[in-house]
Amino acid sequence: MLCQNCQENDAKVHVSKIINGEKEDIYLCEECAHITGDLDFGLDFSFNNLLTGLLNNQFHPHHKINLSNNNIKCEFCELTYDTFSKSGRLGCNECYNSFTDKIDKVLRRIHGNNRHTGKIPKRAGEKVMAKRKVKKLRKLMDEAVAKEEFERAAELRDEIKELKDEIGE
Amino acid sequence: MTGEVISQWMKKTGPDSDVVISSRIRLARNLENIRFTNQASDDELKEVIGKINNLLLNNNKFDLNLLELGDLSKNKRNMLVEKHLISPDLSEKNINNAVALSSEEIISLMINEEDHLRLQVLLPGLQLQEAWEMADKIDDYLEQEINIAFDEKYGYLTSCPTNVGTGLRSSIMVHLPALTMVNRVKKFISAISQLGLAVRGLYGEGTETVGNLYQISNQVTLGRSEDEIIENLIEVTHQIITQERNAREILLKEKEIFLKDQIYRAYGTLKYAYKISVEEAMKLISNVRLGIDLGIIEDIESTILNQLMVIIRPATLQVLKGEEMTIEDRHIYRAQLIRERLQ
Ligand SMILES: [Zn+2]
Ligand SMILES: [Zn+2]
Repeated sequence: MLCQNCQENDAKVHVSKIINGEKEDIYLCEECAHITGDLDFGLDFSFNNLLTGLLNNQFHPHHKINLSNNNIKCEFCELTYDTFSKSGRLGCNECYNSFTDKIDKVLRRIHGNNRHTGKIPKRAGEKVMAKRKVKKLRKLMDEAVAKEEFERAAELRDEIKELKDEIGE
Repeated sequence: MTGEVISQWMKKTGPDSDVVISSRIRLARNLENIRFTNQASDDELKEVIGKINNLLLNNNKFDLNLLELGDLSKNKRNMLVEKHLISPDLSEKNINNAVALSSEEIISLMINEEDHLRLQVLLPGLQLQEAWEMADKIDDYLEQEINIAFDEKYGYLTSCPTNVGTGLRSSIMVHLPALTMVNRVKKFISAISQLGLAVRGLYGEGTETVGNLYQISNQVTLGRSEDEIIENLIEVTHQIITQERNAREILLKEKEIFLKDQIYRAYGTLKYAYKISVEEAMKLISNVRLGIDLGIIEDIESTILNQLMVIIRPATLQVLKGEEMTIEDRHIYRAQLIRERLQ
């Protein structure tokens, strides 16, 4: 059997990886096993195959997803969903917005979940909270306008502006 | 000193080190509004390195030493891979990427790997909680000065969706010679995998593992807190430790002569061989290590074996020698190094 990485030397190293109960075997030559770090690192390429398989499943006819949709592009980094589904790697933080529906499905399949419950960074966390508050204030402002409470709306507008300045937006 | 052949931490032992060789925490982080490494321009990649460099110049709280990989020789880079301080990818690319290492090489911050930042804390023995606490602090320190890509819903945003959320990969490396001898490892691996953990072993020709070493790590990074992820792994590790110790006791009770024979043969070969491959050496080191842990061999320390497992590997060996060597020469020099250290 040939090495699955270089397709050149005889495979002598056998590595197993188990993801969600499914075993994946990979066979490497000594050199590639050495390069991929044997135990500690690497092997992402095998996992990558599994992941892209997972992504590509979405193109499977059973999943009834419109193929033309796969040409959507992230405005910020120019990565297309098509490229992502081949590489398994996103291009920037905005990609998570650009491909949100699809990514959400992918995350549910990988993690069985789609919501972070862990650490919240201090500064970025403050920003997240401020953004939430801006959203809330906007809603109140719209309501005030609808009720023709223009003085109240102006107050809210100033408050929103202040908050946005604080977080640099 | 950074860049020495043996990391300082390898000279120390940790809790439960008869079974657990090391504990590792890795956090994946990206800088906000800079394209991830795979899509980034050269300028963006330089910007990431520059930001870390500035941070270290202004406030180097954790005493990190920044090395650009392009400045290192191939053997030096591969040595860092063999010491598990950088990934093979980082070494191979070696343009616009870097690593910042602490003096004991407990902390490694890879820059422009798949994610802009990959922070690793590596400790001997079972010290996952300690490693996490340290990583958490370093992460806070980085975040103070650098805008990290974080989303309210998805958490820390990473290039690969398999890392999103906590960005946390926690892992332990365990030495399971007795479970291997009693043919229990496969069963064990499949049980562990049911718990959302991945097991990796290094195999040689055929079906036997080399060095009886396995790495176990969490797979899920989203929807569980860091504490939950780490506690789960610690709990499983305690079970592994118990099982391995039981297997050792049973072997010692019922197959004492067989065991002693294996261990002393391995010790003898390592002590007196004049030519040896990595595979053979790893196998023998595993047996000698078992001998030390069972109190059968008393005149060497297990930390010496930890060090041997690193220095006998091809790139590190050549860095030690200070020159490129043929495979044949490496076999000879490897045997010499082992003899010297075991005398
Ligand atoms: Zn190969
Ligand atoms: Zn993008």
